[in-house]
Amino acid sequence: MGSSMIIGQYVPGNSFIHRIDPRTKITIIFFFVLIVFFANSVMSYGLLTLFAVGSAASTRIPARYLIKGLLPVWFLIVFTFILHLFVTKEGEVLFSIFSFDFYTGGIIQGLAISLRFFLLILVTSLLTLTTTPIEITDAIEGMLGPLKKIRFPVHELALMMSISLRFIPTLMQETEKISKAQASRGVDFRTGSFKDRIKAVVPLLVPLFVSAFKRAEELAMAMEARGYQGGEGRTKLRELSIGKLDIYTYILFILVIIGLILTRS
Amino acid sequence: MDITFKDVSYIYQANTPFEHRALSGVSFHIPSGSFVAVIGHTGSGKSTLLQHLNGLLRPTEGKVMIGDYQISAAEKTKDIKSLREKVGVVFQYPEHQLFEETVAKDIGFGPLNFNVEPKEIERRTGQAIKAVGLPEDLLQRSPFDLSGGQMRRVAIAGVLAMNPEVLVLDEPTAGLDPSGQREIMDMFSRQHKNNNLTTVLVTHSMEDALRYADHIIIMKDGEKYMEGAPLEVLVNKEELQRVQLDLPEVIQFLHQAEKQFGKAIPYRKQGIAQLAKELTAVVKGGESHG
Repeated sequence: MGSSMIIGQYVPGNSFIHRIDPRTKITIIFFFVLIVFFANSVMSYGLLTLFAVGSAASTRIPARYLIKGLLPVWFLIVFTFILHLFVTKEGEVLFSIFSFDFYTGGIIQGLAISLRFFLLILVTSLLTLTTTPIEITDAIEGMLGPLKKIRFPVHELALMMSISLRFIPTLMQETEKISKAQASRGVDFRTGSFKDRIKAVVPLLVPLFVSAFKRAEELAMAMEARGYQGGEGRTKLRELSIGKLDIYTYILFILVIIGLILTRS
Repeated sequence: MDITFKDVSYIYQANTPFEHRALSGVSFHIPSGSFVAVIGHTGSGKSTLLQHLNGLLRPTEGKVMIGDYQISAAEKTKDIKSLREKVGVVFQYPEHQLFEETVAKDIGFGPLNFNVEPKEIERRTGQAIKAVGLPEDLLQRSPFDLSGGQMRRVAIAGVLAMNPEVLVLDEPTAGLDPSGQREIMDMFSRQHKNNNLTTVLVTHSMEDALRYADHIIIMKDGEKYMEGAPLEVLVNKEELQRVQLDLPEVIQFLHQAEKQFGKAIPYRKQGIAQLAKELTAVVKGGESHG
């Protein structure tokens, strides 16, 4: 199911991007998303592309896997480009087909927007590719920490997030198991009319719900049995800490920002 | 139906960093009517192997032949649905697949999908619930009101009601109490004999393998490690220990007896009473000579 889609998938590894603090990653990606919109010259785009592609390369995730995984996004990128080609009417007429004029402005604009789009998707998917869901949750809990002062239930929110993330693979496995069992009893999920296929989902959904509820109950019981109380006074198993690696990363990123300001036209 | 595996390999999530080879170059032949036990440690590829038997998985390399059906990577199997009607699979914890409002509807769900006549479904449902040893008045109850053991039996009845020619069992007794385990296995054994089935049992239990199977395949890391008649395979202590398997208890006991009394008692699947007699003879013989 969705094996070609890599957004949200974690790929284990030990590159330095894997090892930097998730809060650092989130902060940098947040600011990267902002500064992408400030690039406006070939040099500045080049700099950002270098940064993004360099980061991607340093994760040691095979490039082929990345490119294939972003396939659904490629379609959007190409679509954006074509849209600009037709709609933007700036600069000189480059060539015309069937009395429809294509402008240099359109091509440049199209390229720029597509590149922007590509950079955004690439960098944000690097976060989930190199950070476990649990780390992301911890980071969000840490970064939302100050909101506790206004009684915002940060810890509960983080717990809910980590439980749901934790159970996604479990539910996927369960779905696969049950759909195999029902397929063995002659359910056909792939062919047939729309109505037939909707009907084929019932033998899948009912057992799935039953087991999800049972699992939730068991989880709650197991947590209570081990004295879970939540929030106040609870210590952490994984302490996040900002290390040298994070400082270097920030310095590098600030250099990129300075470079961007200098190369803007 | 004859089952043949020819150099079957299976790779999960090929061409990704998660690539994982679950089967490599597995070949064997199971003649129609055999009772085969597939044994192996967790992760040895048993479950993957089993899913090839009704076309849930398609081999990455090689070929699987079941009766007249062929499953290979290259060509789409014609009529996979009729293959699934002929090969009934009881998965691990089959009670997780129950979903209908009543037990009767759930047992009849398989046959209904294979377009069996309503009258015939009713007949098979009655037969199947009797076969698994449940009272017929459970038929109108909701399967979710039953106990765990009863749910397991209902799920098994649902597979039997398909009237399969090949029965594939993936640890069908896991998590049941000892007497329940015995009853269910005896029931499968009866079904096997009475309906002339070809049965493939995936199990951890050396005792079950010895008691019920007439052919044994031992898997290790996705490869076939040993194959043969139970009394050939299950007596080889060193070879079995290399894949973290123990001898069946009877064999262990007889080995001990041999050490103790200096005379071997050959095991030919004789019953407990017969074994006791032979053992007495050996012990007495030992005394009179010594």
